[in-house]
Amino acid sequence: MAERVPAVSLRGITKTFGSTVANKNVDLDIYRGEILALLGENGSGKTTLLNMLSGIYYPDAGQIFIDGQEVTIRSPKEAFDYGIGMIHQHFKLVDVMTATENIILGLKDKGKLDLKGASAKIREICEKYGFQIDPDQKIYEMSVSQKQTVEIVKVLYRGADILILDEPTAVLTPQETDKLFAVLRNMREAGKTVVIITHKLHEVQDISDRVVVFRKGEYIGQMITKETNPQKMTDMMVGHAVTLNIERPDPVDPKPRIQIEGLTVRSEEGIVKLDDVSFTANSGEILGIAGISGSGQKELLEAVAGLQKVEAGHVYYVEDDGTKEELIGKDPLEIQKMGVALSFVPEDRLGMGLVGNMDLSDNMMLRSFREGHSVFTDRKHPHDLAEHVREELEVNTPGLSTPVRRLSGGNVQKVLVGREIASAPKVLLTAYAVRGLDINSSYMIYSLLNKQKQSGVAVIYVGEDLDVLLELADRIVVLCGGKVSGIVEGRGADKNEVGLMMTKLGGGSDLA
Amino acid sequence: MFDFVAFIPRAVAQSIPLLYGSTGETITQKSGNLNLGIPGVMYVGAICGVIGSFLYERACGTPEAMNPVLTIAIPLFFCLLGSLLMGLLYCFLTVTLRANQNVTGLAMTTFGVGFGNFFGGSLIKLTGADVPSIALSATSNAFRRTFPFAATTGWVGKIFFSYGFLAYAAIIIALIAAHIIRKTRTGLHLRAVGESPATADAAGINITAYKYAATCIGCMIAGLGGLYYVMDYACGVWSNDAFGDRGWLAIALVIFTIWRPDVGILASILFGGLYILYLFIPTGMNLAVKELYKMLPYIVTIVVLIITSMRNKRENQPPASLGLSYFREER
Amino acid sequence: MHKKPKEPLIHMTKRDLVPVKNAIAIRAAAILLALVVCGVITALATGLNPIEVYITMFSGAFGTSRRIWIMGKEIAILLCISLALTPAFRMRFWNLGGEGQILIGALGTASCLILLGDRLPNAVLIPVSLLAAVLCGAVWALIPAVCKARWNTNETLFTLMMNYVATQLVAYFVIVWEVPKGSGKIGIINQNTEAGWLPVVFGNRYLLNILIVAVLTICMHIYLMYSKHGYEITVVGESEATARYIGIKVSRIIIRTLILSGAVCGLTGYLLVAGSDHTLTTTLAGGQGFTAVLVAWLAKFNPLKMVFSSFLLIFLSRGAGEISTIFGLNKSFGDILTGIILFFIIGSEFFINYKLHFRGHESKGGKR
Repeated sequence: MAERVPAVSLRGITKTFGSTVANKNVDLDIYRGEILALLGENGSGKTTLLNMLSGIYYPDAGQIFIDGQEVTIRSPKEAFDYGIGMIHQHFKLVDVMTATENIILGLKDKGKLDLKGASAKIREICEKYGFQIDPDQKIYEMSVSQKQTVEIVKVLYRGADILILDEPTAVLTPQETDKLFAVLRNMREAGKTVVIITHKLHEVQDISDRVVVFRKGEYIGQMITKETNPQKMTDMMVGHAVTLNIERPDPVDPKPRIQIEGLTVRSEEGIVKLDDVSFTANSGEILGIAGISGSGQKELLEAVAGLQKVEAGHVYYVEDDGTKEELIGKDPLEIQKMGVALSFVPEDRLGMGLVGNMDLSDNMMLRSFREGHSVFTDRKHPHDLAEHVREELEVNTPGLSTPVRRLSGGNVQKVLVGREIASAPKVLLTAYAVRGLDINSSYMIYSLLNKQKQSGVAVIYVGEDLDVLLELADRIVVLCGGKVSGIVEGRGADKNEVGLMMTKLGGGSDLA
Repeated sequence: MFDFVAFIPRAVAQSIPLLYGSTGETITQKSGNLNLGIPGVMYVGAICGVIGSFLYERACGTPEAMNPVLTIAIPLFFCLLGSLLMGLLYCFLTVTLRANQNVTGLAMTTFGVGFGNFFGGSLIKLTGADVPSIALSATSNAFRRTFPFAATTGWVGKIFFSYGFLAYAAIIIALIAAHIIRKTRTGLHLRAVGESPATADAAGINITAYKYAATCIGCMIAGLGGLYYVMDYACGVWSNDAFGDRGWLAIALVIFTIWRPDVGILASILFGGLYILYLFIPTGMNLAVKELYKMLPYIVTIVVLIITSMRNKRENQPPASLGLSYFREER
Repeated sequence: MHKKPKEPLIHMTKRDLVPVKNAIAIRAAAILLALVVCGVITALATGLNPIEVYITMFSGAFGTSRRIWIMGKEIAILLCISLALTPAFRMRFWNLGGEGQILIGALGTASCLILLGDRLPNAVLIPVSLLAAVLCGAVWALIPAVCKARWNTNETLFTLMMNYVATQLVAYFVIVWEVPKGSGKIGIINQNTEAGWLPVVFGNRYLLNILIVAVLTICMHIYLMYSKHGYEITVVGESEATARYIGIKVSRIIIRTLILSGAVCGLTGYLLVAGSDHTLTTTLAGGQGFTAVLVAWLAKFNPLKMVFSSFLLIFLSRGAGEISTIFGLNKSFGDILTGIILFFIIGSEFFINYKLHFRGHESKGGKR
C-alpha cells in the first residue's frame, strides 16, 4: 500500500485558533480506494484537519498535495474542484429549500435552471444506492437521517471521489448505520476514497481499512484495522490504558420521585412527539432513557422541566412521605425551586443552558442569581463555584474570565454539568451528557452521576450509546416514536433486545 | 363620488419611489444584508442626479442646446454612480470588515441625507451660479415625457399612460427581480446566501461576491427611486428634506410584500394611495385631521407586520441570516 | 521548501480578546484618521486650510462659555436618549423608536403644560407633567414590545414605523393647539407664566438638565451592570433559550425593559419641552433617536463610555455647524462629517476583532 502515490498528502499542517493549537505539524496520507478512519478524543483536531482539506479553514502552515501535486485549497468550492466533498456533523442545508435545490446549490451548469432534470438525476442516484428521499420535499420537513442522506447525495451528485464524513453515525439508527456502511463499501469498490471521523471503536473495526489516531492536535500513529484491536486503539488514543468498565453501584433506598402518567406532547406543527408515556423515576437510581434520536427524549425532559407545553397527562413530583405534586402547569422557575435540575445538553451545546459570551463565573450565576433579597447580584459565590468546577472537573480554560464560547465542546459540557450538580438537585435530568466528550471526561461524568445517585438523587439519563446505558443505568425506559416500547432492568439487559425495542414500532426515525 | 381618475395617477406617482426602494432593498435583504441606509442611498441617488443635470444644464445654457439623450443619460449615470458608491461603502464595512449592519445602515442614512441636503442647499454657492434655486425644468421635462396618446385616450390614458419612463422602468425592474430571485440559478444562490451563508459557502458559492453584487445593485435601484422623485414627481425642483420618510416606508414595504418584488408593484401603489389619501377625503376646514390621515401607511405596515408574525409561516419569514455578517472560520 | 503555488494574498483570523490598551489605540487612530479626512474635505469645500478648520470647529464647540453650556445641554439630551435605548440594545432588541418615544413624551408634557398650566401650581404641575411624559413614552415602547414578546414581531421595523405615527400625532396636536390660529405652530408654551418650566438652578438654564442626566447615567450603569434585572437583560440578549431554561420569563423581561427604555425616552421628551425648548414641534427630537443608536453602539452599550461617544458626536455637529455658519454652507455639512467619522470607527472595529495575515509573512505578521 505504501508504494502507491497517495490521493491526498498533508505535510506539516498547523492550525491555531487564538491561543489554542488545534493541529500541530500533522502529516497524513490518504490513498485511493480505501476507507480511512480518523480516531481521536474530543478536541484532538480530527475535524479541524479535514476542514482544512475541504476548504472551510485555511492552515497557518503546511502543505497539501493531491495526487502528488501541491495545491492550495481556499474554499469549499476549490475542494470540490479537487473532488473532495465533506459531510459535516452539522448539516449544511438551507431549511426553506427543497432537497433538489440544496443538492444543485452552487453548481455552475450551463443553461437554464432545470429543477425537474436535477430531480430525475437525484432519483437515479437514490435508486442506485438505495436512499429514500423525496427530492421535492423541503428540508425543514425532513428527519435528521433524511437530511444526512441529502448531504451524501449532494456529494455524490457532484461526482466527488474523496468523501469525508464527520461522525456520520451519531444521528443514525443501527439499521441506518448499516445501510450507510454498505453504501460506503460500494463506493470503495468503485475506487473512491472515504474518510470517516468517529469516536466509536466498533465502527472503526466494522468499516475501515486503516485507522489513524490523533491526540491533542497531533498525529500519533496509524494501524491496519485488521491487525489491531480496541485495546490497542484506545491506548493510542488516550495515551494510557483506561478501564472500559463503567461502575454501577446499587441503588440507594429507591423511592418513587418523579411519576409520569399518560404524558402526551405535540409539536407546534401538530406532530405527536410523546404518546401516552408513563413511567416512574426513583430516588437513588439512574434511570436510562434509550431510543434513536428524535424519539421524544427532548420533549420528555422539557416537559418535566416545565419548558414544554403538554397536551395531556401528568408529571408528579413525589415527596419522601408520598405526597404528590403536579408539575404540569408550573413554570420552570417553580420546578427548579422544588429541586428538579435539568442538565440538558442539546446538539448546539451553547444554545441552551449556557451563555456563550459570558465568562465561567457569570455562567455559574445563571441558576443562583436570584438568591438573596438584594436587587444586586452576588458575584462572589459564583466565582468560587467556577473555581471549584474548573478544578474538580479539570476544565481546560485560560481563565475564569474567558467567555465559554471559546472553550472546546467537552469543556463547555463539563461546565454545564458541573453547575447543575452544584445546585444540589433532588432530580437530575441529563441528555447526551457525554456527547462528543473524550473517554476520560465521559468517565468523570459517569462517576459524578453515580455520586449523585448514591446521595439519593433521582437521575434521569438520556443517552445515545446503548453500551453505556446498559452499563450505567439501573433501569432503562426505551422510547420509540414517542411511545414507551419497554422498560428493562439495566443489570443483565440484552443489547439486542433493547435495540429491537428501539425500532419496534417501525419507521420511528421518520418521526424525528 | 371619490375621484379615482385623479386619485390613481397620483397614487402611482407616489408609489414609484417606494417601489424602487423596496425592490432594491428586497434584493439586498435576500443576500442577508439589512440595509437601513436605503433612505440615505435614495437621497444620494437623487442629489447625484441633480448635480449631474445641474452641471449639464449650466454647461448648455439654454434648453434648446441640450442633447435629448444626454439630458437623460447624465443624471441617470450620476445617480447610479452615487448609489453604487454608497452600496460599495456599505458592503466594504459590513461584508469585508464585518461591521454591525444596523449601525452601518443608520450611519449611512445620516450621511446620505446630510449629503443630499448639503449639496441641495449649497450647490448654487459651491458652483458660483447665479440662479435663485435648483429648478431643472428642462431635464425634468425629458424625464416626465409621457406616451403621446396619454392625453387623448381619456381615463385609460390618465391611469395607464400618463407617467414618465422611470415609472414603467420601476415595474419592469420589479418583475425582472422577482423572476431572477425565484426562477434562476443566480436567484437560488442568492437566496441560499441570505438563508444560510455557511451552507452556500460550503456549496462553493462566493458569499462575498453575491453580497456585494446584490447590495450594490439594490442600492442602484433604490437610488433610481430618488432620481424619479426629484426629476419626475418634484418636477426637477430640489428642496431639502422634501423626500421625507419614503426611504423608511420602502423598507416597510419589503416586509409588507414578504420579500417579493412583484407583489411590491401593487403594494407600493396601495402605500402611495394611503400616503395621499388625506388629500382626497373631505375634511372640511379641519386641517388637523389631515395629519391623522397621513399616519395610515405606517399603521397599515404595522398591522401587516403583526399579522405575518402571528401567522408565522416558514416561507414568509425574513431570510434567516438577515443582519448577520459571515465569517467562515467562526467557531 | 519550494515556491508555493498560490496562497491567498490576505488571510484573516479571529483574534483572541484584544488588550484594552490596543483597542483604545485602534479606535483613537480611527478617529484621528477620520478627522484628517474630514479636515481635507472641509478644506476642499471652503478653501480653508485644514488647521484652521479644526480651530474653527473648536471655537464652535468651546469658543464661549455660552457655547460650552449649549454643548453640555446637547450632550445631556443625546446621552439621555442613548441611555434610554441601551437596556433594549443589551437585550438585542433593536429599539429604533427613540424618535417616536421622545415625541410622545414631549406631547404628554406639552399637553399638561397647555391644559393645566393655569390651573395647577408648579409644585404639582411639574411632577404631573413629568409623569405624563414618562407614561406616554413607556406606552409607546410597550406596544412593539408586547408584539415582540407574543409573536416575535420584528421590532426594528415596528419601532421605526411607530416614529412616524408619533410624528403625525404630534402634527395633529400642534394644529389643534396652534398659537395664533392658522400659524401651524405652538410657539413658546406658557411664555409669561413659565408654568411647568423646570427651574433655573445656580443661575443656569441648562444646568438642571445636565445634572439630571448625569445622575441618570450613573443609575443606569449600576442597573445594567450590577443588578439582577441587568443580569437578566444580558442573558435574554445573549440566548433566549438559555433564559427560558433557567426560568426567566423572556416576554416579561422584554416588556419590563422596553417600559424602562420608553420611559427614559419620555423623560428626554420632558427635558426637551419643560427644560430647554419650551415648545412642541414634529422635529423636536431632530433625528437624535437615531444618532443615539450610534452613540450607544460606539460605547459598546456601556453607559459610562457613552459620555465620551455622545461628546464626540455633539462636538462634531457643533464644530461643523460653526463651519457651515461662517462659510454660509448648509448646516447638513455636520451630518456628512459625522457620517465619515462613524464610517471610520465602524470600520476600525474590524481590526479589534480580526487579525490579518499577508502573503510572505509567516503567520506571526499581521496588521494592527
